[in-house]
Amino acid sequence: MDERVMAMKISFNLNGEDVSINIDDHITLLEMLRDSFELYGAKEGCGYGECGSCTVIVDDMAINSCLMLAVSVNGRTVVTVEGLAGPRGELDPLQQAFVDRGAVQCGFCTPGMIMSAKALLKEKSNPGEEEIRKGMAGNLCRCTGYSKIVEAIKCASEGGCSCGKGF
Amino acid sequence: MRRFTYHEPDSLTGAIALLEENGAKAKLLAGGTDLIIEIKQEAKTPDHLVSLRSVPGLQDMEYSNRELSFGAMVTHRMIEKSELIREKFSLLSDAVDNLGSVQVRNVATIGGNLCSAAPSADTAAPVMALQATLVVKGPAGERRIPIEDFFKGPGKTALEPAEILCCISIPALPEGAASCYIKHARRKAMDLPLLGIAVIIVPDDNIVCREARIALTLAGPIPFRATKAEAFVTGKPLSRQIWEQAGEIAVSESNPRTSFRTTAEYRKKMICALIPRAAEVALQRINRAWMKG
Ligand code: FES
Ligand code: FES
Repeated sequence: MDERVMAMKISFNLNGEDVSINIDDHITLLEMLRDSFELYGAKEGCGYGECGSCTVIVDDMAINSCLMLAVSVNGRTVVTVEGLAGPRGELDPLQQAFVDRGAVQCGFCTPGMIMSAKALLKEKSNPGEEEIRKGMAGNLCRCTGYSKIVEAIKCASEGGCSCGKGF
Repeated sequence: MRRFTYHEPDSLTGAIALLEENGAKAKLLAGGTDLIIEIKQEAKTPDHLVSLRSVPGLQDMEYSNRELSFGAMVTHRMIEKSELIREKFSLLSDAVDNLGSVQVRNVATIGGNLCSAAPSADTAAPVMALQATLVVKGPAGERRIPIEDFFKGPGKTALEPAEILCCISIPALPEGAASCYIKHARRKAMDLPLLGIAVIIVPDDNIVCREARIALTLAGPIPFRATKAEAFVTGKPLSRQIWEQAGEIAVSESNPRTSFRTTAEYRKKMICALIPRAAEVALQRINRAWMKG
């Protein structure tokens, strides 16, 4: 096959830091994040783009990291759930809202949910319930029944929600 | 996942050369939302992936009075967000609105959707109704393929080996045209269509149909235009009754199959029901209603 050993050096921005790594061509972004960078937030639920538990943000867009090749983030910006908290570990308002509204049960879907919601709020600071549900359609949750998740996102949005906490 | 060599050429010529050099062992990679799954499942086992990511110009979208043209690497999400497309080619927005998830739409490309030629491809019927021309480049140079000659069968297109779809060019719709695409699926999100119906109507002032285009997916092995139904409604008043008849004519032009998703019979019934519904929604979009009687 190729004289190149099917690995490539790539550089990209990961959670605010410029990083470089040699990575095999066939490794997915999800595998690289977990196995090479030890970022275990993004998870493999299905591996086929159905469940969203592997969602991370690449260049401001929520994507399924299980379907993206690691080599294709060369030169791009990647944010995982680990990149949201502040320097002293203060939770992002969205994370705090998930905690406050009880939108986390087993937690398996949560990092993916949060990253999808993050990208959604970046695009639309004050989405309605329908818009939230549509924006989150690619994230499955076996536990919560979704209502609390929708509420938490509403809570963290610009308009806040009726719980009065707001952010 | 099985190993392969990843290539990211920075020109189309480079991509074509890589495809030529590696023949059947190479696959073109656009968004990858189908291909990566197929490689994981070992349904496809390429030794080389040729990514179009760094080829300049393939993500451009341009509109003039005469045509809308966009590069093959334009994502579904770019189409979804385009106000211009929503206003002037609403059926195309309809098709991408509920395709997969946001995560998939952010990555999946229109070129990939067309070239995979899945019978369920959501963009196929709208692009067919829009009479698109596909600009492809290959070792022998450039050629233009009318969309009605593009789909050759499930998973099969008119592309020759080492040919690459670069651009999709769509002529502007006549003044006053209305359009709608209905994706008929069991769930709103994350589902494949059981049937796809694209309708474009050009009414005149008296609500007579000057021109109609009806394109269907999953109503036969490949997407097609229901030309008899189109001819039937042309020149006739835009009334529900006439479009119900058009639905029946379209059924006679169809050859849907029974699959694990649903039966041929059901698909036929839904063709009848959804053609008038798509026409009605299209009319509502230009603040018109059915002509009475
Ligand atoms: S693991 Fe990526 S979508 Fe399920
Ligand atoms: S909290 Fe358990 S899957 Fe969502």
